[in-house]
Amino acid sequence: MFGSICFKLAIFFYIIASAGLIVYTIKQEKKLFDIAFLFLVIAFSFHTLFLIYGYCVFGTAPVLDFRSSLSFFSWTLILVYFFFFLKFRLRILGAFVTPFSTFLILISSMFSISKAPVKPIFKTIWLTLHVGTIFIGNALFATAFIVSIMYLLQEHYIKAKKLTFFYRRLPSLTTLDNINHYSLIYGFAFVTAGIITGAIYAQIAFGKYWQWDPKEVCSLITWILYAALIHEKLAVGWKGRKAAIMSIFCFLVLSLSSISTSLWTEGYHNIKNLGLLG
Amino acid sequence: MRLLDIGMNHKTAPVEIREKLASDDMLDYLVRLDSVKEAISLKTCNRVEAIVVTDNEDRARRSILSYICRIGNLSQENILNFVYIFKDLDAVRHIFRVASSLDSMVIGEPQILGQVKGAYAEAVKKKSTGVILNTLMHRAFHVAKKIRTETGICEAAVSVSYAAVELAKKIFGSLADKRVLLIGAGEMSELTARHLMSNGAKEVIVANRTFERAMELASKFNSYPISFDEIPAYLLEVDIVITSTAAPDYIITTDMLKGISRKRRNKALFFIDIAVPRDVDPEVNKLDSVYVYDIDDLKGIVQMNMEQRRKEAMKAERIIEEEVLKFKRWLETLDVVPTIILLKNKAYSVLERELKRSESKLRDLNPKQREAVFVLCKSIVEKLINDPILFLKSKAGRPTVDTYLDLTKKLFNLDQQQGERIYEDSRHKFNNR
Repeated sequence: MFGSICFKLAIFFYIIASAGLIVYTIKQEKKLFDIAFLFLVIAFSFHTLFLIYGYCVFGTAPVLDFRSSLSFFSWTLILVYFFFFLKFRLRILGAFVTPFSTFLILISSMFSISKAPVKPIFKTIWLTLHVGTIFIGNALFATAFIVSIMYLLQEHYIKAKKLTFFYRRLPSLTTLDNINHYSLIYGFAFVTAGIITGAIYAQIAFGKYWQWDPKEVCSLITWILYAALIHEKLAVGWKGRKAAIMSIFCFLVLSLSSISTSLWTEGYHNIKNLGLLG
Repeated sequence: MRLLDIGMNHKTAPVEIREKLASDDMLDYLVRLDSVKEAISLKTCNRVEAIVVTDNEDRARRSILSYICRIGNLSQENILNFVYIFKDLDAVRHIFRVASSLDSMVIGEPQILGQVKGAYAEAVKKKSTGVILNTLMHRAFHVAKKIRTETGICEAAVSVSYAAVELAKKIFGSLADKRVLLIGAGEMSELTARHLMSNGAKEVIVANRTFERAMELASKFNSYPISFDEIPAYLLEVDIVITSTAAPDYIITTDMLKGISRKRRNKALFFIDIAVPRDVDPEVNKLDSVYVYDIDDLKGIVQMNMEQRRKEAMKAERIIEEEVLKFKRWLETLDVVPTIILLKNKAYSVLERELKRSESKLRDLNPKQREAVFVLCKSIVEKLINDPILFLKSKAGRPTVDTYLDLTKKLFNLDQQQGERIYEDSRHKFNNR
């Protein structure tokens, strides 16, 4: 009961914050942003309460069905946005991230709540560590994806000499490129940590580090793609447009593979096989 | 009392007339006029205005117009083609618009507010302002500041060189550590380089066909000149290139820049091409991480920004209307102020007289008790006159106000002459502060 109230309040305030941030983007009045940001903080607090409550009820991180993992992912997205806001003070990023995150949590609310008991195998800190690091890494990649879209938009407007709506509101190319860079580097570090903790967890739970589960294979492929991108950035000096396009491509591969392996392929990462629905 | 603003600006009068008036001490003349109670004279390169408070509008207007005729060497017949005359609230509105730079040649230019403040400071120094102009001018400064922060009339560059700087900022973020290559010489290109420097650019390297000219220009920027043959090598290093040569053909071609991007590690390169005919092949803009803006592009931006400022000016006009209304209300209360002061004076003089008369009976009280008696009497007096005062204030600006002022004077037996003296006194006190 307490959990669902928190969840609904969080959704409610996320929607208000998204609307506020979009209106801010159009009107460009700082006061509007301050109000919308306050609503975002309130929504995030309720969301956090909801997650803590879930943790206490299940005895582990509430990420075992599609509904709760999407909601957890949207939470990490906002968390990452807060960090970038503190570092870059970039208001307009919120107008892109918050509606995206709200959209995800709305989708998650459409899935049913599973009531099956949690298998003891999940009641370990390793699950929380594994999923937590992977999701923060993915949220950083998602931020890189969003910022890359902003970069391509801004670059298009500058090249085409159309200095109108978005040109005025979007930050400089260098700023966007920097955020893309940081998101990729930190995202890569978190995802790597996530894969390692996952392997340790698998060793403890199944006695095997790596089982060529479909999700493991897909993660490995996207990990290699991101590794290649970061290598090009650091060694060859990829910047701007190229880096942005590659960042978008990598994230599309990542999201397609993670959704499909969660829902449609066989393997122990599949939601069905997590034992909650059956 | 009427407010009068007589003046001319860049739209109504040619510079030959404005400069004649600007060189004369108008304030000195205004102060000497009998009909003028308060005065300010505002003179900038685009306008000359006399702002006065007068009790004889007709005489004041004729005196000021004849002064303008005399100094500006104009005939009485055609003077009205060159000047505008604003009265009362129209004058208030005009002054607010001038201070907020809505009446300027370039809307939103920042200098005018400083010039208005200067004119006011000069008037204060000569003690030519009073209650009305002091309040009006402070109001005008407040309005100008409000408009600057709440509307975008001062945003967006309205000159070619500033437009280029703004673009550079959108590409590079901060200009710190950015290196500029200036090819060719020219007033506008030099100005643009200067703006880039003042926004943080690290250095300006100069290339010119004649090396002496390059050296001369480079010394202005505290940097070094290079020859034309060195340009391709420097294109690998610099971030911003300004071109303005008289060359008939393109100086920067796509062939020169092909393959350069990898050597520059994909760092952005921004060409500002001010030359006519153009120095940079427009095809260069299609290369990765290279941006080319020519003079027409920049002029287009300036045009667009001007349009933007005009739109923001509409918002500003709304703010001004609100403020004019507020000032109107304040002006109206001025009519009832002398009567209110009279009423208060009467009440306090009664209080003082009666306390004095009871002096002998109160002698035995200790200081604390005496104080209590005084406070008691004072608060009775204040409570009694409070309602009449509020009533008069509420009637300020209404057509019936004179009837009520008259009635109040009769009811309380107030002296008319004394009232006007008090008003003048408070005005002088205000002036001499």
